Amino acid sequence: MTDHDLVREARTRLTQAALGLARTPLCVAGLLLVPLQLNAYPLILVTIGVPFLLLFTALARRYTGFFRWWASRVLGVEIPAPYRLPENRGPMTRVRTIATDPATWRDMAFLPVNAFVGIFCGMMPVAFWVNGVLGFVMPLIWLDNGRSVEYVMVRYDTPGNFVLAPLLGIAFLVLAWWATPRAARLHATVVKWLLAPSTKATLTNRVRVLADSRADTVDAQAAELRRIERDLHDGAQARLVALGMNLGMAEELMARDPRAAQELLAEARQSSTQALAELRDLVRGIHPPVLADRGLDGALRALALAHPLPVEVDIELTGRPEAPVESAAYFAVAETLTNVAKHSGATGAWVRVRHEDGRLSLMIGDDGHGGAVATENGGLRGIERRLAAFDGTLGIASPVGGPTIVTMELPCALSSVKTSSSSGTA
Amino acid sequence: MRVVLGEDLVLLRDGLIRLLQAYDFDVVEAVDSGPALLKALVDHRPDVAVVDVRLPPTFTDEGLRAAIEARKRVPGLPILVLSQYVEQLYARELLSDRGGAVGYLLKDRVSDVRQFVDAIRRVAAGGTAMDPEVITQLLARGARDQPLATLTPREREVLSLMAEGRSNGAIAGRLFVTEKAVGKHIANIFGKLDLPLSGDDNRRVLAVLAYLDGV
Repeated sequence: MTDHDLVREARTRLTQAALGLARTPLCVAGLLLVPLQLNAYPLILVTIGVPFLLLFTALARRYTGFFRWWASRVLGVEIPAPYRLPENRGPMTRVRTIATDPATWRDMAFLPVNAFVGIFCGMMPVAFWVNGVLGFVMPLIWLDNGRSVEYVMVRYDTPGNFVLAPLLGIAFLVLAWWATPRAARLHATVVKWLLAPSTKATLTNRVRVLADSRADTVDAQAAELRRIERDLHDGAQARLVALGMNLGMAEELMARDPRAAQELLAEARQSSTQALAELRDLVRGIHPPVLADRGLDGALRALALAHPLPVEVDIELTGRPEAPVESAAYFAVAETLTNVAKHSGATGAWVRVRHEDGRLSLMIGDDGHGGAVATENGGLRGIERRLAAFDGTLGIASPVGGPTIVTMELPCALSSVKTSSSSGTA
Repeated sequence: MRVVLGEDLVLLRDGLIRLLQAYDFDVVEAVDSGPALLKALVDHRPDVAVVDVRLPPTFTDEGLRAAIEARKRVPGLPILVLSQYVEQLYARELLSDRGGAVGYLLKDRVSDVRQFVDAIRRVAAGGTAMDPEVITQLLARGARDQPLATLTPREREVLSLMAEGRSNGAIAGRLFVTEKAVGKHIANIFGKLDLPLSGDDNRRVLAVLAYLDGV
């Protein structure tokens, strides 16, 4: 460590210590929130407590929210808020949700503990630093006739005091150096322990999310089946009926009017072609054949080839994800690329696919004018729902003026078999 | 003309055999799986092979892979691939060895018997037969490229027929113009697309496809 580094590090630690001290009054002030909230509860009986409770709880949540934010910065891990959301917006429902939420009471318990820990963790490093400096200043004070002043059991008349005091000072400075970052971490750990959602809350939340995504999935599946049924019924099925009819008539006419029969046969052939085209589109919508043939790699390359814009594809996968995940990923990319072609005004796009840490990550970017948002019933929201069924997430970065980058993540494992293209030129 | 047929659906295989025999083709072997197809192609070295993309055992693109592998072992082996759907990716792979004598058609095209047989003959003769659907996709995609935008609608029509693998005479017949007019259009197209002129039908199709693909 060079001198320069040492000076900078010392400055950082001193700032930390000062900030710790500055937090102390805030920690103590938090204590006020306990009686404020508690007093609001009996007042609910005379209605006036309702706005008070809502106000003070909101305040308390802001307050704990600040500490959550601070602790997550110190510890480098995210601390999610554990609160339950009220089902509807009526004030009484909110009061009930607040009162029955264990997180409310954990917040309340947090306040006194935080005050205590905050004082301790805020004062201790500062005390060490001050004592350390005093160790060096002490001999000067003694020389200046402050003979009655004692420094950590060392008195003016203690043997070797003029050497002992600075030595003790050094010890204090070392201690301060060591303790300053640890004090902050200790405080943050306590905050995390008290304010992070409990295992039960996390699980409850998880169940709720899963129930939502399952409902979404079931709805989407049912709608998809209805669409397929309708397409078959109105399309291919009807055409095949017409085909049979034309063939039957042609059979009848063959002997009497060969010319008319020929016309009918030509018509029949045409409608068989159309029926096939419709079936093909339908199959593509259910599961694209190229996806079955070549996996995500080939299917996305094929998608890029057929796209009206030049699409750069960069895929590195060592195997294939499970079929449903693969299909969801494919349709998500396909839909996003369709959006790019329709709305972005881009001149080019790119797709990047990787599998890292048990997650399939897909990124789609374009050089368009940006401003893409996931609106309810919009295409992007549809993709989000599709991915949610697999615990996947969707992120959109699309500042107005562009560019737009859509990221998707799907937890999944890869099978070890790699499907490569037959000629390697794709 | 000796034909090897690779198709796993019995109904379609029998239909194709009957159709081919009706037009005086000699079906030397009809197989129903990828490995058997590869063996038949290498053993018989037929004048042309008609192959389904999707074959057992994997029911993916087994037929296509077998065809490409066979062409590696027997360069220039004429192959016409049939598929329930067309994919540019596969068209590119088929064309990539630039040996010509390949075709890639939707199965639907079988119903227009005369054109289908015509396509087989063209492939057997070393020409190309690309499905109009592939060409449409390519042209739609190519439309963003500057030089293509300079083509007149008639020239685009000629280009797409050319890309399907048709001769000047066939294009003239289709568009109800003289063969000389077609030649003129083609010269214009090559000029606009900056492609060197060549007398070889197959080369020019490949050149067009290569250009559209940006290979």
